[in-house]
Amino acid sequence: MFDGLDAVVLARAQFAFTMSFHIVFPAFSIGLASYLAVLEALWLWTGREVFLNLFNYWLKIFAIAFGMGVVSGVVMSYQFGTNWATFSDKTGPVIGPLMAYEVLTAFFLEAGFLGVMLFGLKKVGPRLHFLATLMVAIGTLISAFWILSANSWMQTPAGYAINDAGQFVAADWWKVIFNPSFPYRLVHMVLAAYLTTAFVVGGVGAFHLLRDPKREGARVMFSMAMWMATIVAPIQIFAGDQHGLNTLEHQPAKVMAMEGHYQGHPDGAPLLLFGLPDQKNAKVDYAIQIPKLSSLILKHSLDAPLAGLDTVPREDWPPVPVIFWSFRIMVGLGFLMMGLGLLSLWLRWRGRIYDYRPLHYFAMVMGPSGFIAVLAGWFTTEVGRQPFTVYGLLRTVDSASPLAAPAVASSLIAFVIVYFLLFTAGIVYILRLMAQPPHSGEEGPRGDAPSHAAGITPASGAANYAQR
Amino acid sequence: MDQVSTIATVWAFIIAFAVFVYVVMDGFDLGLGMLFPLFPKKEDRDVMMNSVAPVWDGNETWLVLGGGGLFAAFPLAYAVLMPALYTPIVAMLLGLVFRGVAFEFRWRSQRERNRWDIAFAGGSLVAALAQGIALGAILQGVQVANRAYAGGWWDWLTPFSILTGIAVVIGYCLLGATWLVMKTTGDLREKAYHLSWWLLFAMLGAIGAVSLATPFLNVEYARRWFTWPNLLFTAPVPIAVAAVTALLLQSLARRQDYRPFVLSLVLFALSYAGLGISMYPYIVPRSITIWQAAAPESSQIFMLVGVSILIPIILIYTGWAYWVFRGKVDPQSGYH
Repeated sequence: MFDGLDAVVLARAQFAFTMSFHIVFPAFSIGLASYLAVLEALWLWTGREVFLNLFNYWLKIFAIAFGMGVVSGVVMSYQFGTNWATFSDKTGPVIGPLMAYEVLTAFFLEAGFLGVMLFGLKKVGPRLHFLATLMVAIGTLISAFWILSANSWMQTPAGYAINDAGQFVAADWWKVIFNPSFPYRLVHMVLAAYLTTAFVVGGVGAFHLLRDPKREGARVMFSMAMWMATIVAPIQIFAGDQHGLNTLEHQPAKVMAMEGHYQGHPDGAPLLLFGLPDQKNAKVDYAIQIPKLSSLILKHSLDAPLAGLDTVPREDWPPVPVIFWSFRIMVGLGFLMMGLGLLSLWLRWRGRIYDYRPLHYFAMVMGPSGFIAVLAGWFTTEVGRQPFTVYGLLRTVDSASPLAAPAVASSLIAFVIVYFLLFTAGIVYILRLMAQPPHSGEEGPRGDAPSHAAGITPASGAANYAQR
Repeated sequence: MDQVSTIATVWAFIIAFAVFVYVVMDGFDLGLGMLFPLFPKKEDRDVMMNSVAPVWDGNETWLVLGGGGLFAAFPLAYAVLMPALYTPIVAMLLGLVFRGVAFEFRWRSQRERNRWDIAFAGGSLVAALAQGIALGAILQGVQVANRAYAGGWWDWLTPFSILTGIAVVIGYCLLGATWLVMKTTGDLREKAYHLSWWLLFAMLGAIGAVSLATPFLNVEYARRWFTWPNLLFTAPVPIAVAAVTALLLQSLARRQDYRPFVLSLVLFALSYAGLGISMYPYIVPRSITIWQAAAPESSQIFMLVGVSILIPIILIYTGWAYWVFRGKVDPQSGYH
């Protein structure tokens, strides 16, 4: 079955597979942790029970998603060593400390306060509990900071030297951490996580509004999600554009691949809306294009010249077809998200946001759109870094472990089977929870314990805490 | 010792500390997971799982710090050991995936609960066994050439590594059983007492077997343990093990709550110190010393600043989380 596939290809497949599964969960839990903090803050501030119900409703879902993120993340922290040993030896002195700081400043913070967040409301009272929720939310953001710094350094390495053993060594940590693409990638990814969560929340809210437009919980969450879509989607499109310009400056070959520009355009480059890139013959078949628009977007001038991949040595080309399409999927979804946000804004103004059913169908369909956009975006940026692991400096083929192909193939098969089995179950459980509408007296993650007392209402809750 | 070597030595102790904290903290989680089949009642299992549900994620984070710290502070050792231990590491990761998801999945479906109980117990067993095998495989040494692992992908499998695998399984079960003594009440606690006796004797047998087998792996281990003046440092270890065992037997006989668990931790610490005596100063035995594997000074100092500030803070809030969920688990409603 794996004849002719070498260990490097299998190791890449394994990294892509385990990473693609993993990224979905943090993308969701970064946004959801912040959303839970907002819900709890609103509950404490207004005392309205609906916010506590929504908090507990999403907390159950968070517990499952976070758990899957943790276990798939532990796998990632060992993937570097098992399958990419040479990469680890060479880049460990630079990337290793960034990840160590992620563990020390983020993972421990999240894990340390997660138990209290999930199970401790009655033990510590609402104020300390809110602190725990806040710490978990901040932890997810700090985690994003460090891991995106490490990733960005692989894309746009800076502040390094190379020692006698052939290892990358930090010459200036400030330049390593704040390497040229990092600020753009961080903003783009955190906004993506927030949008992903907003569309999931909006999709679930829409689903329940379609069944009963009077439900308070569904109305509140749908309205909050649509505000996010209205405000954040346009910001994200702007941030993405800025990120693209940064990529053009530091990784021009990646932008050429995204645009499908095998050849240069000295008098203004067209924007390809559609086409089938043919890597072998270096051309795009069936191209539908708008003249000069690519130059306008990337250079802010209709006639600005743009170079093509023909200026890059062939052995340094990234695989254009993957990037060309993943980029279009991401951008297309981004504009659909903005469209939904604007539509909801107009209907909100007209007072129809809770009963205009086509909006709810649209929002429901868009529920998983964030996940697809995140994956498409990561494929664009990661495949676009090929054929290097450290851009321009360390080739992927020179990064792998000295392993026999059967070893990598068997572990790949094991990961595929286990992940599909377990994460399918997890997603089914999440969908089952989502299929129930949030209701009065909503319980937390251990709410199904046999003799559990009734949920906390703000009044009785406050009284309970006063007695403690 | 110059400054670079001193910092590398400090880092070796930091990594060793992280791995030790992981071993004892996830040790009791995995241990009670492996004891699941002996407690078939749903109510008992609810209590067992709830006794670690608020803290397991934090416990597992020490494993990430151990791996991530090795990657950062000793990249060469990480790059050599991970391919050498490929199969046990992948098995451990998959075991931890099964174990980890069971914590939440188990409560989401009445019908499929049994399935997740099996995942919880089986995942715990695979992870513990794989960790023990990895330990044995490191102790027996791996082939290295040109800054890379040079052996095959089954080199880790020897009678010795199987022995250490079983030893770790027994040790974790002892931690799990004494944890249950501390955290539970009634019949569940009685059963855990009973198990603790048997597991303690099994643990002593395992410590004895590994201690006897290790000097035969190579002469250097034997010389280190049995020659003068090294005996001054090595002899107290078995003496202390005997003393702690006596205290542990006494505290089990007196049916105490906290002491069996605490003394089991001390027993682990002593065994761990024994392993340290065997290995130091190698990070890959007989091939790579901690100084050869050390990351450049700029990396080690950069992280040392963070570690010295952050580890105490982490210990404080982790301690707080344990404090919040202190005492016996209420069998009626978990932590509610």
